[in-house]
Amino acid sequence: MAENGKIIQFHVSRYNPERDAKPYVQTYAVPVREGMTVLEGLHYIKENLDASLTWRYSCRMGVCGSCGMLLNGKPSLACNTQILHICNAELAVGPLPNFRIIRDLIPDLTPMFEKHRALKPFIVREEAEINDPAGEFYQTPEQLEKYLQYAYCIKCGCCMGACPTLATDERYLGPMPLASAHRYNEDTRDEGRRLRNQVAGDSHGAFRCHYAGECSRVCPKGVDPAKAIQHLKRQLVLDYLRLARRGKPCEKLHGPGAGMPLPNIAAPPPRTV
Amino acid sequence: MRETKYWTWHMAAGVVIALLLGMHMLIMHTGLLAHIYAPMGGEAVSQANSQFRDSDVRFTVSYILLLGFALYHGLYGLRTILFELTLKPAVERAVTAVLLAVGLGLFGLGVWGAIGAHALAAARG
Repeated sequence: MAENGKIIQFHVSRYNPERDAKPYVQTYAVPVREGMTVLEGLHYIKENLDASLTWRYSCRMGVCGSCGMLLNGKPSLACNTQILHICNAELAVGPLPNFRIIRDLIPDLTPMFEKHRALKPFIVREEAEINDPAGEFYQTPEQLEKYLQYAYCIKCGCCMGACPTLATDERYLGPMPLASAHRYNEDTRDEGRRLRNQVAGDSHGAFRCHYAGECSRVCPKGVDPAKAIQHLKRQLVLDYLRLARRGKPCEKLHGPGAGMPLPNIAAPPPRTV
Repeated sequence: MRETKYWTWHMAAGVVIALLLGMHMLIMHTGLLAHIYAPMGGEAVSQANSQFRDSDVRFTVSYILLLGFALYHGLYGLRTILFELTLKPAVERAVTAVLLAVGLGLFGLGVWGAIGAHALAAARG
């Protein structure tokens, strides 16, 4: 590790279900330099201090959502959290709350993805339309804007770890699946809102949200799941009262030239070869 | 979707309660519109004025509506709080059944009281 570094005490939660009755904390002294991420700190521990430490990671750049964990009490991604940005001397590292622990810092995300799957997180259209590879669904930039921020979700589970409702009600669907449901409901290519409403509007669905807003505060991608859930609630009520405007889903355009080109696109430069 | 239905009625009940309680405050605590709701003069809660209102079927209906909506709003809110305690599904069903029975019982009692008061006031002229 770099010289001139600072020593930070990593208090890491350890748990091996085959051996331990409950999680315990183990402390490691990690030399830290400016710009070093928590993920790099964990790698340092694994390579130099304790090879048995276990966690999940993949992309190392805040894209895959694998390394969600609790850093000094806040659910965060280990790969895009710099150590010196969140602590001076002590850093508590634990697994995401509200999940069963598989081992050390690895949460079992299966319940989250089961809830996610139940809300049909994909575009629902007639089978024939989906299977027809020719053409594309036309969508305006304004229509895209309505759901775009929710499409940035990387399913890291930080929002689920921060949710106080999920902490007391494990059957609550949670911020990620509900925000995802809203994302597809808002998509003009989709026709599955009624199917999602069956799940989102049931017990332990959207109406269990108390709007604490922690999910939005901790989201590493700047998504606002709390807002999505409030919109989802409103949509559910309007759908129940049959007051919701149900626009026709956007149509599929066939063949080249059938789409609407964006205005003011510069002509390509002349060919040089 | 079932919870959506309960939730929507919960909010609708809140709006109705606000309206009816607003009317109550207006009548009982401000003296405004006293010539309509307390025509006997004096306090709005006096025996004579109460008897006058009890004899008016519109008041009886508004009492019953307020009771029904307030019971639904309050008991659904209580059910939501109880559900936060991580109950098992069977316990949740039992809680719903008990609250429904309590609500219907209290509503029946209240309706009987309101109609009885109306009949008594009407009989006294």
